[in-house]
Amino acid sequence: MSLPLGACATSPQLDIRQERGQREVFCGLTGIVWLHRKIQDAFFLVVGSRTCAHLIQSAAGVMIFAEPRFATAIIDERDLAGLADLDDELDGVVTRLIARRPDIKLLFLVGSCPSEVIKLDLSRAAQRLSQRMRPAVRVLSYSGSGIETTFTQGEDACLAALVPQSPLQLATQEPSLLIVGALADVVEDQFRRLLSVMGIKHIDFLPARHAADMPAIGPQTKFLLAQPFLTDTARALEARGAQHLPALFPLGEEGTTAWLWAAAQAFGIPRATFDAVTASSRERAKQSLSLHREQLAGKRIFFFPDSQLEVPLARFLSRELGMELTEVGTPYLHRRHLADELAHLPQDVTLVEGQDVDAQLDRCRAQKPDLSVCGLGLANPLEAEGLATKWSIELVFTPVQGYEQTGDLAELFARPLRRRELLEV
Amino acid sequence: MQLTLWTYEGPPHIGAMRVCSAMDKVHYVLHAPQGDTYADLLFTMIERRDTRPPVTYTTFQARDLGSDTAELFKNAAKQACERFKPDALVVGASCTAELIQDDPGGLAHALGLDIPVIPLELPAYQRKENWGASETFYQITRALAKPVEKRAHPRPLCNILGPTSLGFRHRDDLIEIRNLLNQIGVDVNVVAPLSATPADIARLGEADFNVVMYREVAGQAASWLQRAFGQKSTRTIPIGVGATRAFIQEVGELAGLDVSHILAGSKGRMPWYSRSVDSTYLTGKRVFIFGDATHAVAIADVAAKELGFKIVGLGTYSREFAREIRASAETYGVEPLISDDYLDVEAAIAESGAELVLGTQMERHIAKRLRVPCAVISAPVHVQDFPARYSPQMGFEGANVLFDTLVHPLMMGLEEHLLGMFRGDHEFRDGAAPSHLGGGDAPVQTPEPIVTVDQTASLAWSLDAEKELRKIPFFVRSKARRNTERFATERGLARIDVETLYDAKAHFGR
Ligand code: SF4
Repeated sequence: MSLPLGACATSPQLDIRQERGQREVFCGLTGIVWLHRKIQDAFFLVVGSRTCAHLIQSAAGVMIFAEPRFATAIIDERDLAGLADLDDELDGVVTRLIARRPDIKLLFLVGSCPSEVIKLDLSRAAQRLSQRMRPAVRVLSYSGSGIETTFTQGEDACLAALVPQSPLQLATQEPSLLIVGALADVVEDQFRRLLSVMGIKHIDFLPARHAADMPAIGPQTKFLLAQPFLTDTARALEARGAQHLPALFPLGEEGTTAWLWAAAQAFGIPRATFDAVTASSRERAKQSLSLHREQLAGKRIFFFPDSQLEVPLARFLSRELGMELTEVGTPYLHRRHLADELAHLPQDVTLVEGQDVDAQLDRCRAQKPDLSVCGLGLANPLEAEGLATKWSIELVFTPVQGYEQTGDLAELFARPLRRRELLEV
Repeated sequence: MQLTLWTYEGPPHIGAMRVCSAMDKVHYVLHAPQGDTYADLLFTMIERRDTRPPVTYTTFQARDLGSDTAELFKNAAKQACERFKPDALVVGASCTAELIQDDPGGLAHALGLDIPVIPLELPAYQRKENWGASETFYQITRALAKPVEKRAHPRPLCNILGPTSLGFRHRDDLIEIRNLLNQIGVDVNVVAPLSATPADIARLGEADFNVVMYREVAGQAASWLQRAFGQKSTRTIPIGVGATRAFIQEVGELAGLDVSHILAGSKGRMPWYSRSVDSTYLTGKRVFIFGDATHAVAIADVAAKELGFKIVGLGTYSREFAREIRASAETYGVEPLISDDYLDVEAAIAESGAELVLGTQMERHIAKRLRVPCAVISAPVHVQDFPARYSPQMGFEGANVLFDTLVHPLMMGLEEHLLGMFRGDHEFRDGAAPSHLGGGDAPVQTPEPIVTVDQTASLAWSLDAEKELRKIPFFVRSKARRNTERFATERGLARIDVETLYDAKAHFGR
């Protein structure tokens, strides 16, 4: 995976600091936790170590699934010592898996650090297994390894693997709108409703809810990114001739409006129609924020790098809720996809790309923000030091995009502060 | 290659973290990619630790491979020492770094640090978490414990070995053990790993003997201490009343103290609660036990000897302790289950016909699916295994806790069973979920009529008989109805009157 560094010119006015050091973020395997729920007949088989298995299990938090649609093929000593043929071993594992789960239509072989380091060619394995199990099961591969992907980049890698497999859209087909990035079903349904009432006829989502329903993609496809971390997916879509519609990301009333308007414009929807369709939702979204503005306005917020959602979130919190940004950290910053977002940030914001967790903790302590957005490894220690926190992982697992979720999104930030006011212990 | 859905144990470096983060003034530099930092949240979220674990990860990336991962490690180690100022540095590799063979031990030594450096070799493709904890504690002990002059001490002196971070009830077990030792008249020299500093480890040799709380963690270190300093160790795991008494006896022997006055004293409430007549229904309850070996073996004894359960299954996920489980399983006449494949465990539980499962969080989910009551008795831990209240497993208080832990799910199960059985009776709201499942606010619905039409529709109950039936306590009423109808059918009676009801009662009551 190539880095989005220098993908396009930086907004001239903003200073973006690069930082290197210890990172405190998940690897791309974590995406499996939400992706397996989104694609309902897909199975994710990590080819890795006991660490990888333990990571997913810990990130999934509660072990509530009867038999989850993800698992790990744990590489052992025999495999490494060359005593076992890795291809045979993997075929054996997959055969057993599919025998037990005949409902699986799409199997992802997910690469990990160990599989990358020993140069196990999972794309070849996927081809071989696909040949063998066709047409019942399609097998694809991507890497979620921690040496190549950070947290949400796992989703990017997964979706990028799906693109070349999608049906080809004919040049004669009607133009279609493709919304890219895993969203909660309820959010998808809301977007589909708004956009079709506006008059856009053909709307698809990537990923689709079922393996057989992956959308056709081609030069007639115009796509909106629903998430800011889809670098490789966007590139793969563009390679298919699809056209990216740059916009703010659909977080908050402003972001959602700009995002929907980008699609409306591309499909020739008049502004009057757009306004008529979105008016009541926009009003509701603004209304829902007023509840939380009192709590959040003027409060200082600090972002530790985590999901790459940091920049759009910072824009939403500063512009729609009046929060003050101290430091906004992000693991990677895609200059082109985030160009609009960056233009909407206050000029004096401190943007940090990359991480050196100890240095960042020092800065956070010095700043004494009212709220710190951070991973679960840092949250309780910061709380114990008296700093209120918001766990960033919840922002990925909870439906937060679109008008109807705008209040929920604000509430996620207001809740820790409200809770502190309530508690007398 | 092994297909794994859920794992009971993490990789061995997680065991090392459990030891290092239990200690004070120790720092662990782990050569590992960024994703491995997930391990921090086990400590901060499950155990609610209020500081970051003392671990620095090098978080090397693909672009570092082949060029300067070794340099990265050296920098990380140097910076960690400057920032955290530990008294000892533990260094090692996780699964990925093991493959790139940077030799963290050699690199750290080359830094010329003025503190002891303890390199760990934890084969990640071969071993697991508990082994890693044991090896780490052993290496730390071996590196730091020094031969010492035994100082004159008014009371016998022991070390307590085994409690770690993320251990199942280690925090509270330790308090219980300290209390017991104090009563016996033994002083504690060092507790390790939990809360020990490198300086404390250095003076382990001052003790007369060692109390080993958890063999999984401390067994190896304790045998080394025996070889190095001639310290003997306790073998008894004081879980349950009987084992606690045996432990007191054993400590008394090791310390050369008379413990008869303690053995004559209180044994807690558990023995009486278990003998109390309301516990009669526990007799012969079929129980399946699975966990780490220490807890599985100890709990099996409690279940069989102190609660009167019948053991129908016993197993562990830790192969290193298969022997202990086999021996115990033999005494209960069951097949031992040595497996870390939770699907095997699920199959074994289903087949055993268990009425109660005592296991880990994994078995809790299995039991939920099989609709069998369950209590958690062993790691792997979950946030629920760190209760706010004092809740040990060891000692007499631990036995009290175990009585509650093991019996409550059965009472709840009984309640649920009754609800299902008498759902139609007016004493119960139809559709009410069992109260322990939070069904308290289910909407009130009209109760179904008591008289239900069934396959024996040709049998007519007289009004009097029906009234008489209602006088029978609700929890046996449907059985009485069934028996009476069966009695009538067998005798070709078309009508049931009060007479028939009592004839049937006499008949089945024989
Ligand atoms: S960082 Fe690498 S080794 Fe660690 S869990 Fe992620 S993929 Fe596995």
